[in-house]
This record gives sequence, structure tokens and C-alpha cells, in this order.
Amino acid sequence: MTNAIEVRGLRKSFGRTQALDGLDLDVRAGEVHAFLGPNGAGKTTTIRILLGLLRKDGGESRLLGGDPWRDATTLHARLAYVPGDVTLWPGLTGGEIIDLLARLRGPGSAVDPKRRQALIERFALDPAKKARAYSKGNRQKVALIAALASDAELLLLDEPTAGLDPLMEAAFRECVNDERHDGRTILLSSHILSEAEALADRVTIIRDGRTAETGTLAEMRHLTRTTVDAELARPAVLDGVPGVHALEVHGTHLRCEVDHAALNDVLGRLTAAGVVALTCRPPTLEELFLRHYSAERTGPGARP
Amino acid sequence: MTVPALAGTPLAGTGVLARLAFRRDRIMLPAWVYVITVLIASNSYSLGKLYPTVEARADLAASGGRNPALVFLYGRFWGDSLGAVSAWRYGVWAAIFAALMSIFLVVRHTRADEEAGRLELIGSAAVGRLAALTAALLVAVAATVALTILLVIVLIVVGLPAAGSVAFALAITTCSLAFAAVAALAAQLTSGARTARGIAIGVLGAAYLLRAVGDASGEGGVSWLTWLSPLGWTEFVRPYTQARWWVLALPLALTAAATATAYALAVARDHGAGLLPDRPGRSTASAWLLGAHHRADHWPVGLAWRLQRGTLYGWAAGFAFTFAASGAAAKGIGSLLGGSAQLRNAFTRLGGEAGITDAYLAAIMSLAGLAAAAYATSAVLRLRSEETGGQAEPLLATATSRISWGLSHIAVAVVGTAALLAVAGVAAGLGYGLRTGSAGSEVAQLLGAAMVQLPASLAVAGAAVVLFGLAPRASVAGAWTVVGLVVLIALFGQVLRLSQWILDVSPFAHVPKLPGAAVTLHTTGAPLLWLGLATVALTAAGLAGLRRRDIG
Repeated sequence: MTNAIEVRGLRKSFGRTQALDGLDLDVRAGEVHAFLGPNGAGKTTTIRILLGLLRKDGGESRLLGGDPWRDATTLHARLAYVPGDVTLWPGLTGGEIIDLLARLRGPGSAVDPKRRQALIERFALDPAKKARAYSKGNRQKVALIAALASDAELLLLDEPTAGLDPLMEAAFRECVNDERHDGRTILLSSHILSEAEALADRVTIIRDGRTAETGTLAEMRHLTRTTVDAELARPAVLDGVPGVHALEVHGTHLRCEVDHAALNDVLGRLTAAGVVALTCRPPTLEELFLRHYSAERTGPGARP
Repeated sequence: MTVPALAGTPLAGTGVLARLAFRRDRIMLPAWVYVITVLIASNSYSLGKLYPTVEARADLAASGGRNPALVFLYGRFWGDSLGAVSAWRYGVWAAIFAALMSIFLVVRHTRADEEAGRLELIGSAAVGRLAALTAALLVAVAATVALTILLVIVLIVVGLPAAGSVAFALAITTCSLAFAAVAALAAQLTSGARTARGIAIGVLGAAYLLRAVGDASGEGGVSWLTWLSPLGWTEFVRPYTQARWWVLALPLALTAAATATAYALAVARDHGAGLLPDRPGRSTASAWLLGAHHRADHWPVGLAWRLQRGTLYGWAAGFAFTFAASGAAAKGIGSLLGGSAQLRNAFTRLGGEAGITDAYLAAIMSLAGLAAAAYATSAVLRLRSEETGGQAEPLLATATSRISWGLSHIAVAVVGTAALLAVAGVAAGLGYGLRTGSAGSEVAQLLGAAMVQLPASLAVAGAAVVLFGLAPRASVAGAWTVVGLVVLIALFGQVLRLSQWILDVSPFAHVPKLPGAAVTLHTTGAPLLWLGLATVALTAAGLAGLRRRDIG
């Protein structure tokens, strides 16, 4: 059993809306897996099916070797979940909710008080406040501390940093890296790409309820272009060169995206023109994402 | 309603918000107005049937006016015209319902929206900081005006004098307006809508108690207390008996004062904050909240209790008060009903044939059963509000199964319903027994009479469980429809000459009418056993549905 999550051809519709339309997802045990997609792509629906809150219409799904619907309760003892939109009981305090969620996870998963205290300090949460007085970020912290303080082997985090400030986001990243060293598996859904870039071992990108791409970032970059930014002695002519895209020329300043196969050819032409300054960088996840997202608009049946 | 002159002022956007409030309340608000109107009209009409002659009403006035329990419950007698008797019997209670309408309405569109964060979104638009409060009060005023007009029309149609009807309607609706302003003030005090509602309803309860104690103490006692209560003002307008119009100025003055204070507070305070600070709570959970047992599948019953206990305490206080007063009224009920053969019949229909006092007490106990059914339904429906509010999701992502989550709230509903019925029985027993000097035996007898209602009350809540499991979207409306039908069948089924099988659908048709009916294993035990089995079956079906369906 090396895969914590195995999903094949998952389908789910709500009335006439097809939320998931043949989604595939593999999360290996012990990895941090980023689950990326624009709003409405089906990330939350997938997670809720994995939690047994929703019933799939078709396809296969395995979670920690079990059936997420049939074995929900026993599987839940081994995982912790942070919802994307954290709603808490307004009359209970943050501290009470952290203890309660830990307790409900099962008898074996009692919270270590030292660890609980350390996390509360790290995230600067006031546990004596009633939940109604918390901001969105503070509600998020309550759910995160409850999840991180548990000893669950799998963490399902649905856009966990959506309400956190940059300082708390950094604290969250540290925590995830600690968890990785402890061998926990983390599925991290996000549309904040720098987060996935900083944390994830592997990435799955989904769009319209289907998997668009999956792999390590290195594997994905292999499929993508390099951004080249050059200051030249003389203007170089790259028009019509195969493998060159989005070419912009302003006098001697040149910027373009280059397929990997064409890199050697392009660099040859640039040095021939005399290179003054040159940056070549791998595409950011934003660029990858934009490419997949905009492909939808240029694809068949696209909206104008 | 677009008034350009308001742009940039604290009132900017009031018109849009008022229209939004009307849009959101387009069903609830007319329903409140309709129910209050129908309540008054139908009861004034039936009082006319029950006490058709001046002699019968004079009889009622003489015995009712002497019965301190009834005066405590309804108010003082001013006259024996049909209008005056109607105003005595329903004026204060109609004012209570109308005040509740205003409280729910105003809190819903002010503090509840603010707490949920919806007002923040609105407040970021070109909307002034007083707009939401003003819009809520405008909607309350509109509802009050509509209610006044409708009441005047139906009272005149029923055949009551026009001037008195205007005074009666205004006595009720000015009280409702005053409580709209009280609710607006309460909404500025706390940061939680639940607490704001609680404060306003608490003021209403205090107003009722002041009035009740002032009225019941009689001349020479503390009868001036009634003058301190807005509900006392409703009574003191004395519609149909040389109406004192000037008394209407009192609720209007309270409205003005409370509104002015609410505005002063609203201008000064921060968005989202209240005047009363939030008290910090425990930073760790108590053992009680976590539950004591060590099993793989946890019952979150500590949580369910924590979430529901406040509501239950409120119901219990209401039950204790109402049934103590109703029990106390049982002494002398025979002479009170003497003038009306029809009223006597009404009680024996609901309460059985064995003597008018027993029939009255049995009728009171079946009312306790119906009210307890409403409580049980609301307690079960907490499951649905936890689901739609999103709190159920993190809970069900733990090792808590859907069944144990469902059962934890159902357990609170069962225990709470049993406790409320016990309170009703003991309170009525004490109320009656202390006046007749046989408290011990009356408490025992009426406790039994209250507890036989339990299977029927729970069967009604069983319908809510089935709907929650199998048709969650329709569960709230459906469950309350069931409660409404059961109440309708119990109160009016025989009057409307419904066929027997329809009457038999209501679980309360199978409850023995105690005290009075003979208690045997066959007549008492068997129906209760069947009701219990039906409730278990309904609950099992609902939980099976809950296991199979999508959450959220």
C-alpha cells in the first residue's frame, strides 16, 4: 500500500451541474500533494467525496486502503480535515473546539497538551475567545491547530491559508515541512500557487472536474517553456523560428517563451547578436496554471 | 424609495435595504400578520358563539374576574360586552405574539446579519452606518400598520363596534412597535444575535410578569406594577369599555425613547461589536463536553447538550410558568364555565367526560403534549441547521458516525421533551394542589397525566427525523407542517367534523385523557406501546436515510 489516495474516473453531479467528470488523483504515502484548480473546478467536491460526506455517482475511490463511503468512520480516525470555509459553533471557545474535534477523532488520538500549546503559541491564537468573536483567519487557525495537533496519518487541507496573514502563512509552511519529516501524508488543495510551489512534492491540476495534469513540478516543467529575457547588442531576428512563442521586441530588448527543444537554437541566435544581459527561468506555477486555464477558453465550445 | 438627499449620510441605502428585507421576509412576514389576525378574529367569533347572551358574559365576568389565576393569565375584566370579553381573553396574548414578530424581525435584519458578516459586505457599499437599523425599523412599522388595518377590518366584520375595534387593534400593535424599538436597542448591546433576541424576549417576559402580578394582586396590593408594563398598557387601553385613548401614548413614548437610544449607540459603536463585552470562556474543553466513554465511535452528546441546553432552559421556564398558572385556574373552573354549555363541551371533547375539573386538567395536559411536540421538533431540526450552517462537516470528518451524530441530538430531544412534560405536570399539580390543599396527590396525578403524552409528542418529532433523513431540503417546512396539522386536529378536529381516520392520524388521538379516564393495561398501555414502536420505526427510517444521502 503505497498510495494514500487513489481516485479513478470519479464522477459526481448536482442536478444538472456536472461537478466531477472523470477525475483521477493519486497521492503517495508520505508526500505533500498539491491539488490545484480554479474556483469551481471540483476540488472541494473531491475532498468531500473522500471524506464520505458526498456519495460518488461513478468511478473508483480508495482512501488509506478503504472505501471512503463505507468505511468513513474507521478511516476518519486516521485523518484530520480542515474545511475551506471554517464554520464553528459561535458559543464555544477555540480551545474547546480544538479539544472536541481531537476527542471525536477517536480514543487513540488524544492531543498531546505540549504540542497543542506549542501550536497555539506558534499561530498566536487566543483559545479562551468565543468562536463568534474570531475573524476568518482565526477560525482557520482553530481548525488548523486541531488538525496539526492530532496524530492523524493523513491531513486533508482545503485551501488552508485562505484567511491567514503572511506571517501565519509562513508558520503554516514551517508546520507542513515538520509534518513531512514526520512522514505524514498531506493533500493540500489550493489556488494559491506559490504555496504549492513552496510545499508540494507532486501536483495535480484539475479543470472542470477533470484532471488536466499530474506529476512532480520537474516533470511538468519538462512539458513547458522557458521564459527568456535578453538585452542584446544588435536586434536579433526570432520571428518565425519554430518553438518560439509570445515574442516581444523593444529595440534591443527581447522577451519570449521557448520550447525546450528549441532552446539551443534560440540561444545560438542570441549569442550571434551579442548578449549584454540574459535571464532564463523556469515557468512559475502561475504561468503553468494560466496556460491550462486559458486553454479552456480557446478550446472547443469556449466562451468568447 | 431612492432618496438622493440621503447619499453620503448615515442613512444612505436605507431604501435598498428595506426592499431587501421585504424580499427576504416575503413569506414569513405575511404569515405572522395572517396568523395573528386569524387568531383574534376566529376567537372573537367563537366567544360570541360560546357566550351569546349578556347574562352568560356577566356570569363569566363575575366568576372570571374573581379567579386570580385567570386574571394573572389574561388580565383584568373591564366590561361584559362581547368586545370587552374578547379584549380580556386575547388582547395581552395577541400583543405578545405581535411583539415576538417585531423582535424576530428587527434582530434578524440588524444583529443577525451583522454577526453573520452579511452587513459587512453591504456596509462596504455606499450604505450609511444607520441604514440597516433604519430599514429594519421601517419594515417593522410597515408590518405593524398592515396588522392594525387588517385587525380593524376583521373585528368590524366579526360584528364589534368600530371605535372599540380601532382601540383594540392599536392597543396590540403599539405594543408590537415598542418591542421593535426594544429589539433594536438590544441588538446594539451584544455582539451575538441569539443574546440580543434573548434580551428582548426577556424584557417581554418581565413585562408579562409585572402585568400579571400587578393584576392578580387586586386593589390594595401592588396593582400599580401593571402600569410599568407595556403589556399592561395594552390592557389599560380598555377597548370597547370607554376606551382610554391617551394610554396609547405610553407605548409610543417607549418606542421613541428606545429608538433614540439605539441610534445613539449605533452611531458610537464599532461594526460587529456590542456594548456588553464578550466574556472569555474556557481555554480547554471540560470532560463533560468531551464525554466520558472510551469507544471508537463517539457520541457527541456532550456537544449536542451544550448547543441545545439554553433553548431547553427557556422552554422549561415557559412551561413552569404557564402550567402553574393554568393549574391554579382549575379551582373554580366549574363555576366559570357554568354559563356556557358549549365551552363545557369544548373541554370535555379535549379532556374527556369525567367531571369538568378533570376535563379541564386533561385538556391542559394535552396542550402540554402539543407544546412539547413543538419543542421536540425544534430540537430534532437542530441537526438540519447544523448541516446547512456547515458545523456538521468538520464533525462528520472525525470518527463520529452520522448515526451517533444524529442520535446525540435526538437524545437531547427525547430527554428535553420528557423533562418539559414533567415540569408541566409538576407545575400544574402544584398550582392546583396548593389551592385545594392536596398538593402531594395532585402532583402525582398530573405528573402521570403529563407523562402519558410523551410517546405522542415524540412521534411528531419522529416525523421530523424521517424528513431530515429522507427529504432534508423539505425537512424544516415539512416538520412544522406536521406540528401544525397535529395541533389543528387536536383543537378543531371534532368541531370541523373531520372523518375518524383523519383524527386517528394524529398521535394525540390515542393518548388516554388523564386525569379522569380509567387506567388499564389495555386502554392505556397498548396505545402508548404502539406509539412508542411507531416512533422508533420513524427514527430508524430517518437515520437509515441519513446514512445514505449527501451531507450539506
